[in-house]
Amino acid sequence: MTTPANLKFLKSHEWARTESDGTVTIGISDHAQNALGDLVFVDVPEVGKTLKSGEACAVVESVKAASDVYSPVSGEVVANNDALSATPELINTDPYGAGWIARIRPTNAAEIAQLLDAAAYDQVVAAEAH
Amino acid sequence: MGLRTPLYDSHVAANARMVDFGGWDMPVNYGSQIEEHHIVRRDAGMFDVSHMCVVDLAGRRTREFLRHLLANDVAKLKVPGKALYSCMLNEAGGVIDDLIVYFLSESAFRLVVNAGTRDKDIAWITTHAQSYGVSVTPRTDLAMIAVQGPNARTKAATLLGDYAAAALQVPTFAGAAFGRYFVARTGYTGEDGWEIMLPATEAPGFWQRLVDAGVAPCGLGARDTLRLEAGMNLYGNDMDEGVSPLESGLTWTVAFEPLERSFIGRAALEAQRAHGNLRRFVGLVLEERGVLRGHQKVIAGAAGEGELTSGTFSPTLERSIGFARVPAATGDTVQVDIRGKLLPARVVKLSFVRNGKPSGDVAAAH
Repeated sequence: MTTPANLKFLKSHEWARTESDGTVTIGISDHAQNALGDLVFVDVPEVGKTLKSGEACAVVESVKAASDVYSPVSGEVVANNDALSATPELINTDPYGAGWIARIRPTNAAEIAQLLDAAAYDQVVAAEAH
Repeated sequence: MGLRTPLYDSHVAANARMVDFGGWDMPVNYGSQIEEHHIVRRDAGMFDVSHMCVVDLAGRRTREFLRHLLANDVAKLKVPGKALYSCMLNEAGGVIDDLIVYFLSESAFRLVVNAGTRDKDIAWITTHAQSYGVSVTPRTDLAMIAVQGPNARTKAATLLGDYAAAALQVPTFAGAAFGRYFVARTGYTGEDGWEIMLPATEAPGFWQRLVDAGVAPCGLGARDTLRLEAGMNLYGNDMDEGVSPLESGLTWTVAFEPLERSFIGRAALEAQRAHGNLRRFVGLVLEERGVLRGHQKVIAGAAGEGELTSGTFSPTLERSIGFARVPAATGDTVQVDIRGKLLPARVVKLSFVRNGKPSGDVAAAH
């Protein structure tokens, strides 16, 4: 899967997308879902919760293991993806679309600019594979 | 770089995700782990288990030696080919390893031991074999492929040529040699199937012919969810040298009768039995969404606390299951601490799934 150019990334494999209303949608990358394998449980952050960038805000569990998901930005959770409760495999099948995890109203726009762009993230993935 | 089985190149060529398992580079999955799991429950899958070690014992006093070495009693093995599952204990009653022993002839028995414990196992066995004049030969020249699932034997039999009909007659929990192949009706999935031992040099070709016969390669990931559903222990997770088989759900494998048989660890186990209050080894079914994992804390109310030894998501039951060591007085329900949240779990007897269907307490609740 080509890494979408409109997304920003953390080295720890989370993506962030700024929406037209200024909120930021987050999820985990295609590389991350592939490494985790079949997802069977996702613990999404509650709406109203305040997050700090870099803080663990969700948990994704595959048959193999549980992994923390770190928030790429600081802000308040304004929505979470209910569908993941019944169908966590959406993250496997559509990590950048239906497999989104939460939407955050950011409190510090500068944080977005500090994230990796798609090309830089691809280099991180390539370096891990070496 | 880890140790490699003779099938390493086959796995890499099939795009397997390789992981370290007890020092070996092994395939964890070839695609979807859950699909591999379902293939074994519904049709036929296969696992490279060449990392496990075949150890041949030979000598006139081999049976006598094994009656001393193992907690289960090989006197139960009366028909050549018959197999027995047993723990090998230390003097303190801790589990050095769990293994399968095959009775080949009065002067020849075969053991299959775990990969992660092979060196210490061979050292222990060799030390104790000396006074019985029993020779110990690790068969590193052999590979082992487990074909498992309701259609596994019929599909694999097509590779055995003139031996096929006879191989299909091998009874449950027994094995027999057919030319260069040793075919055992054993496994680690709760399904029918074979574990086939064969010359390592022939393994890649045999594996490819199994693929051609419609047997799907499956990784260690599916092997783990299958054995958990089947209620089968994993050495190193569910028991080790620090715990007794009597607290690991393995009491059924310890032959206290006949009373006069002196096996290593017997005195320690008898002391544990006399002392009583042994922890129970139980199955747990998580009542809410989430995933049980080894080392999570189990809260059993006034009875005290215990710990998960293994846990996973069960693809067959579509909920999380696990094994736990809990206080003797634990009731029908417990709570499990999953990342600080206390979630309810039901206490059930092992196993969860047999021959494709929910079994035991889980079946009763369905």
